[in-house]
Amino acid sequence: MLHRTARTALVIALPLVALGCMTGHLAGSVSAEMPAPIAASPEPLGQIVGMRRLTEAQYRNAIADIFGPDIIVAGRFEPIVRPAHQLIATGAAAASISPAGLEQFDAIGRGIAAQVFDPAHRATFVPCTSKSAAQPDDDCVRATLLPIGRYLFRRPLTNGEQAAYVRMASEATTRSGDFYAGLQLALGAMLVSPDFLYVIESAEPDPARPGEMRLDAYSRAARLSFFLWNTTPNDALLRAAAEGRLADPAQLAAVAQHMVKSPRLEAGVRAFFADMLMFEKFDDLAKDPIVYPRFNQDVAKALPEQLLRMIVDQLVTRDGDYRDLFTTRRTFMTRALGPIYNVPVVSRTGWEPHDFAATDDRAGLLSQAGFLSLYAHSGRSSPTLRGRAIRERLLCEPVPDPPGNVNFAVVQDTTNAVLRTARARLSAHASDPTCAACHRITDPIGLPLERFDGIGAFRAKENGVDIDVAGKLEDANFTGADGLGKALAGNPATTECVANRALEYATGKATDDQADLLAALDKGFAADRYRLPALMLRIASLPGLYEIHRAPAPASPVASSPATGAITGANR
Amino acid sequence: MTISRRTALRGVMNGAAIAVGLPLLDIFLDVNGEAMAATGPAKGAPLPIRFGTWFWGLGVNPPRWFPDKIGADYDLKVELAPIKAFQHRINVFSDFSIPLDGKPNLPHTSGGVGIRTGMAPAADGGLPAPSFDVLIGDQIGTRSRFRSLEISSTGDPRNSLSGRGNGNLNPSEVSPTALYTRLFGPGFIDPNSANFTPDARVMARRSVLSGVTDQRKAFEARLGASDKQRLDQYFTSVRQLENQLDVELTKPQPMVGCVVPRRPPERDINAEIENVMTNHQIMSDLLVMALACDNTRVFNMNFNNGASSLTRIGSTITHHQLTHEEPLDNHLGYQPQVTFFVDKIMEAWAYFVGALDGVKEGNGTLLDNCLVFAHSETEFAKFHTIDNIPMMTAGSASGRIKTGIHVAGESTPVSRVGLTLQQVMGVPVDKWGSGSLETNKSISEILA
Repeated sequence: MLHRTARTALVIALPLVALGCMTGHLAGSVSAEMPAPIAASPEPLGQIVGMRRLTEAQYRNAIADIFGPDIIVAGRFEPIVRPAHQLIATGAAAASISPAGLEQFDAIGRGIAAQVFDPAHRATFVPCTSKSAAQPDDDCVRATLLPIGRYLFRRPLTNGEQAAYVRMASEATTRSGDFYAGLQLALGAMLVSPDFLYVIESAEPDPARPGEMRLDAYSRAARLSFFLWNTTPNDALLRAAAEGRLADPAQLAAVAQHMVKSPRLEAGVRAFFADMLMFEKFDDLAKDPIVYPRFNQDVAKALPEQLLRMIVDQLVTRDGDYRDLFTTRRTFMTRALGPIYNVPVVSRTGWEPHDFAATDDRAGLLSQAGFLSLYAHSGRSSPTLRGRAIRERLLCEPVPDPPGNVNFAVVQDTTNAVLRTARARLSAHASDPTCAACHRITDPIGLPLERFDGIGAFRAKENGVDIDVAGKLEDANFTGADGLGKALAGNPATTECVANRALEYATGKATDDQADLLAALDKGFAADRYRLPALMLRIASLPGLYEIHRAPAPASPVASSPATGAITGANR
Repeated sequence: MTISRRTALRGVMNGAAIAVGLPLLDIFLDVNGEAMAATGPAKGAPLPIRFGTWFWGLGVNPPRWFPDKIGADYDLKVELAPIKAFQHRINVFSDFSIPLDGKPNLPHTSGGVGIRTGMAPAADGGLPAPSFDVLIGDQIGTRSRFRSLEISSTGDPRNSLSGRGNGNLNPSEVSPTALYTRLFGPGFIDPNSANFTPDARVMARRSVLSGVTDQRKAFEARLGASDKQRLDQYFTSVRQLENQLDVELTKPQPMVGCVVPRRPPERDINAEIENVMTNHQIMSDLLVMALACDNTRVFNMNFNNGASSLTRIGSTITHHQLTHEEPLDNHLGYQPQVTFFVDKIMEAWAYFVGALDGVKEGNGTLLDNCLVFAHSETEFAKFHTIDNIPMMTAGSASGRIKTGIHVAGESTPVSRVGLTLQQVMGVPVDKWGSGSLETNKSISEILA
């Protein structure tokens, strides 16, 4: 499942506008006027220091940007395994491609290639007329594949690669007697190449640190583009790389600033939160139809989108304080969600803004039905699952698994005549000291959400008894979702956690050995009044983000200053 | 076998004008390919031997499942009763252990991963080492159209215990229609069709893939050790794709059991038990035909996932939650709602074995030419116990193993099972597993 807005509006084929809103859509730049000849990448290419498999969203975004949104990407993507307590972005840096996965990538790639060179599209992408419809024409193949290859591989092709792909196309044309069939096959090959399926990060000597390495210019362009926009670098960014502008920290920061100001930042922010909040769990979210007859597929589809709309509105559109995400009363509604929230929705289709009343207990991200239903059972709420999700996803505090031999009988029995609420059942259960240790850290932040059932609908009573929504986070006592949101907003771990995740997301590496850098980042985040775009810019501009460190972090505290904070690669 | 390899190669070349018939060639290179059958695919040619796994989550009620009697003619307890018709072709394994060497017992992870990789995992999230089905696939699956097929009946492509390690998994097919298209859509060649014309477009694709492989050297020169392993896995996948095209370019051998099935209807994909039962049946039938048509020789069927997300209409919590929260019924001595799911799972397992047995092959059935390893990831899920995890094999791998036996492991490491099955399937390995799971002791009781 993908969680993004339609990108039609973003793909505007204007070749030379300011970098910030530049799209790099090939369909425009090629047909409008031939770009300056692309210099081949020098051979050999630099040493590979990282390989991050494209996510499904990145793949789709890249294809839409390069070939236009009307090219259909049909097929299933091999999922990337999420490492425990980490991001999929980190899993992507260790992901391989299985035979079944490659079979799918091959089918998807052939489907794309067939569309790109079909009679309806080929004029857009083939800037020349082949000498013959049935014969190879190496010059025309070269003129077609070089610009495409530069976008797909995020750098110009080397001379060797150019020759190889031209040869593939020519041989296939000879075999099939069809010039476009040759182009199709060569493009299909590019689309299954590791150069496309992996974001390959390569290194060059670092003049500022003799004997050390740094990410080369094109790897920097890709890192910026996937981190901030969740898509492949556009023409302007690739030119910035070619002209050496990304090697200089000040110029790189200026480029990053343009990118953060672009409307495309929204796609980047969406992808980041979909990863941080484990949106892959929405793929198999199911509710019991007898217990929750109001829950259906339209609701299930709207839930992640509602969360993302709230996040984007608060953090991007309003450039607001991250902490306010947990207290804001502004959200968005669509028809399907009306019955869940019990609010009228005027728009027949699409989304409309909605403000919860100040007297309503709904406030902030945690009172959205998406969060509440994702962290609940199929037929009832779960203060423990919700509390655990808040700890692990939003405060970055892993909660241990329950011990093996637990008696849950009392929690399960929702018809218990004496213990009629989840709070009563959980407190009976947690009187066992081995259970109490963990329930103490989860339940007091899950119970304040108990007025929302397993699909996030409001209820005042459970089994006829008023629900007590008192809660506690560290030393703060509060009541209800509103109180919980304020407590999270006031907790320093909340902002530290998102900064930590953003750094992990940018690098594809766990941040365990980055304490100094994280402390510096959080300080900067505070100075920026906890605005997320500023945090992303701060991370994208860290010189240390582009340094390669071969040795594991030294035992003594990191020598580099917090401002430049090097990203040590423990696995290098 | 009197035919020399040279004769065989020449015969093959004469038979197929386009490419060497690799599936045939396989036969002559495989010293263990002894499954000669009078009415085999081609006169005198042995039938392929297949290996697969059938996984289910959350174990059983041990006293109601494990036989008391060790050895042949074991007794069938109530939860194992569904296999009655196939008892003499099914082995049951009890009392094998998974020593963790101080690593945590990761609920619903340590058991399944330990059995399949011979290694206790340190953390959740993917496999720490290759699963042995992949190692067997490297031996017997490299020349068929699909190196292996992974399937999950509960709708989650991440539900898989198969992979090459480093945290990666072979993703599972979850949709009956998508599985059908993959198996019997474009690219499928009916082995019993009289006509065979190699497709020029496939030849062109094949040649282009060689171009992809040609880039390997340039890549390797740029790589460090950790990424090299991943690139190796990538190129193994490319090799498999090339192989798939080679198969499409080769006139297949007739397979008497191969009957191209009909396309199944579009279906809901979710974890509701009755829907899962039906999807499992449809996908089992498709898989069985893929085996009968010799499109794959290795498979991994996952009925449900480890921390089972199976649901039942009207129940407020999943199968997994039930195992922990449902009280033991004092009168019955077990958890009745959990046991409902155990019974369904065993019913599904019996269906699967029956589906393999329904295809006539040689003097017996497809089941006889298979070795299917069925296992769970816990013994008794309420307590997450991982010693004495229920395991079975079905089929004799064309007579390579004895069947109808209950083997008691007497607390020896469970890796003995993985070691033995690899050896039976021709993997040259005399020692397997890590730490206390390392073993060189095969299970001699079942070796023919």
